[in-house]
Amino acid sequence: MVSYNLSHIRELESESIFVMREVAAKFQKPALLFSGGKDSIIMVHLARKAFWPARIPFPLVHVDTGHNFPETIEYRDWLVGDTKAELIIGLVQDSIDRGTAIEEKGQNASRNALQTVTLLETLEKYKFDAAMGGARRDEEKARAKERFFSHRDEFGQWDPKNQRPELWNLFNARHQFGEHFRVFPISNWTEMDVWQYILLENIPIPSLYFAHQREVLERDGMLLAKTPYITVRETEKVYTDTVRFRTIGDATCTGAIESSASTLEDIIQEVASTRITERGGRADDKRSETSMEDRKKQGYF
Amino acid sequence: MSSQNGIQEVEEFDSKGYLDMELLRFTTAGSVDDGKSTLIGRLLYDSKSIFEDQMEAIEESSKRRGEEKVNLALLTDGLKAEREQGITIDVAYRYFATPRRKFIIADTPGHIQYTRNMVTGASTANLAIILVDARNGIVEQTHRHTFIASLLQIPHVVVCINKMDLVDYKEEVYERIVDQFTDFSAKLDTKDVRFIPISALNGDNVVDRSPNMPWFDGPTLLYTLEHVHIGSDYNHIDARFPVQTVVRPQSDEFHDFRGYAGRIAGGIWKKGDRVVHLPSGFATKVASIVDINGEIEEAFAPMSVTLTLEDDIDISRGDMIVRENNMPEEGQDIELMVCWMSETPIQIGGKYSVQHTTRETRCVVKDVRYKVDINNLHKLEDQKSLGLNDIGRISIRTTNRLFYDNYRRNRFTGSLIIIDEATNNTVGAGMII
Repeated sequence: MVSYNLSHIRELESESIFVMREVAAKFQKPALLFSGGKDSIIMVHLARKAFWPARIPFPLVHVDTGHNFPETIEYRDWLVGDTKAELIIGLVQDSIDRGTAIEEKGQNASRNALQTVTLLETLEKYKFDAAMGGARRDEEKARAKERFFSHRDEFGQWDPKNQRPELWNLFNARHQFGEHFRVFPISNWTEMDVWQYILLENIPIPSLYFAHQREVLERDGMLLAKTPYITVRETEKVYTDTVRFRTIGDATCTGAIESSASTLEDIIQEVASTRITERGGRADDKRSETSMEDRKKQGYF
Repeated sequence: MSSQNGIQEVEEFDSKGYLDMELLRFTTAGSVDDGKSTLIGRLLYDSKSIFEDQMEAIEESSKRRGEEKVNLALLTDGLKAEREQGITIDVAYRYFATPRRKFIIADTPGHIQYTRNMVTGASTANLAIILVDARNGIVEQTHRHTFIASLLQIPHVVVCINKMDLVDYKEEVYERIVDQFTDFSAKLDTKDVRFIPISALNGDNVVDRSPNMPWFDGPTLLYTLEHVHIGSDYNHIDARFPVQTVVRPQSDEFHDFRGYAGRIAGGIWKKGDRVVHLPSGFATKVASIVDINGEIEEAFAPMSVTLTLEDDIDISRGDMIVRENNMPEEGQDIELMVCWMSETPIQIGGKYSVQHTTRETRCVVKDVRYKVDINNLHKLEDQKSLGLNDIGRISIRTTNRLFYDNYRRNRFTGSLIIIDEATNNTVGAGMII
């Protein structure tokens, strides 16, 4: 007898595509948040599959801290050309210039927290009623309780104690005027699933994910890339090492790891044997035990 | 094994094998002290799914709270309030994998005031783990959890008789509990029930066979989770395709393309199948099943695909395509079991919004037939009110016809949610009878 059983990757893919189609059908003006990281890259890939042969029916929104790795922007622009998707960019610098966001001071200054302000301003400016993000429940403990369809009040805030129950594959997207939703189609994927999918589907990813030579420095137990956006302290030594990134975010707070993984197979092998979570390299999560929950309540994605 | 920068090499990782893994979703319900967190902690720990930085973080938290041992429960209690109060108040999802399967755990609190969370976790599960404290045997909570597993039609139930170390690993204790459980569950609709004596704390029969219970010759819990047959958990008999959205590219290349996107809710689908569109009743044939890589030969639940049909029929979201000679039930008067999820009780005569497959409609609640005492499964026919966490049988009338199956036959086409139109909250989870 033939076995009618999907592999776990295909089941996850099918679930994510279902969620994206629900979003497109249920909201007036949805958007897909695109950071240039691998999670948002597979989101774009899934969106393309969900609506093929039609084009992706919503714009990609990039909240740009201005502190990017050039490789990220290069990749983003290539992807937009390749998918013919619409791209909307929200600049953190604009929020700073308007005075709605205030630049952090000090040597660990980062624009990561300011992204929330720009994100909410961008959603409001374009009247988006749903923003899809590539967050996964396995990333962080507050995210383990996040819904697929996460309701936000008119201030964009998350109320974890008052979440709607989510049953079967019936997603309740009803909302009052002015409120909106964050939707997380790849909630059930793990870091390993994402890499396996990239391999399986042969999805191009930015070169930053593969081992390369880079000037780095050690700070608070992390390897930071030397970029124009960070101030090197006197006690810190800049040296060249073979590294790669496990996540790609703002250049001031995304840690690199020493690695010689130069192919997808190498990366998968490395992820399989790594004993530190990928967010373990994110300075923004290290600020306190509940920093992710606190940021999410304020409207971080 | 070399260790550099926190990265250890493991031998023989087969990346191709990983792509053939199956996905098993299971739910655990339990309350403080029954060892649920310890059990999950052990599964995660023994399958090497706890990372060093997570371990360090909980070691530090345990120390700060003045606890002697590392508290594995801190791994599973995600939200600030929960960590402060030491309780689990929501459904938390956990992930781990072995070389055979990937697992999603829906971890829910077990107290009666969290029935709705248990129902939520159970709604997507292939398997339920029910924990029984060997010292106490079958208690009210066991009834409740088993009833929910049966009501939500979780295909497989594994009863873990835990804390065997505290009853000197005695076979008689295990046998007595198995008998008790079998007695009361005879009234329920649970298809596949297995029993395993374990000690989550010491790891007996969780991942490795227990040397302390040589009298038990069944498989360990992890082995069971890895091998239970889930290929028949979806309905592959009754062809059901709720239409999610219509795909019309209107591009030069796909000028006349008109596809119907959706997730297959039942049956095996092939090109050339004779099908009927509902509600119109028009018959046609499947012209193709496609995705970005081309045509798909056979499609089945829960695949997301796009269908094209041989005839031009006016089809929109909320419609259903089914196989000729295998029609779903249809009608506006629906009988269902419901779990009420709102602090405001159900209103007989009240109007609500309803979501069933991809169809949204409205309904009026005609009657509450009875409420179930979920601790002893008695039907309380004189109770005409359902409040938060109550389960009962109701009848509704919908403004539009629904095309549905009995929930026991198909979880996708037999389930619906009830939404309060004033608050937009999901207030009821319904299983069609």
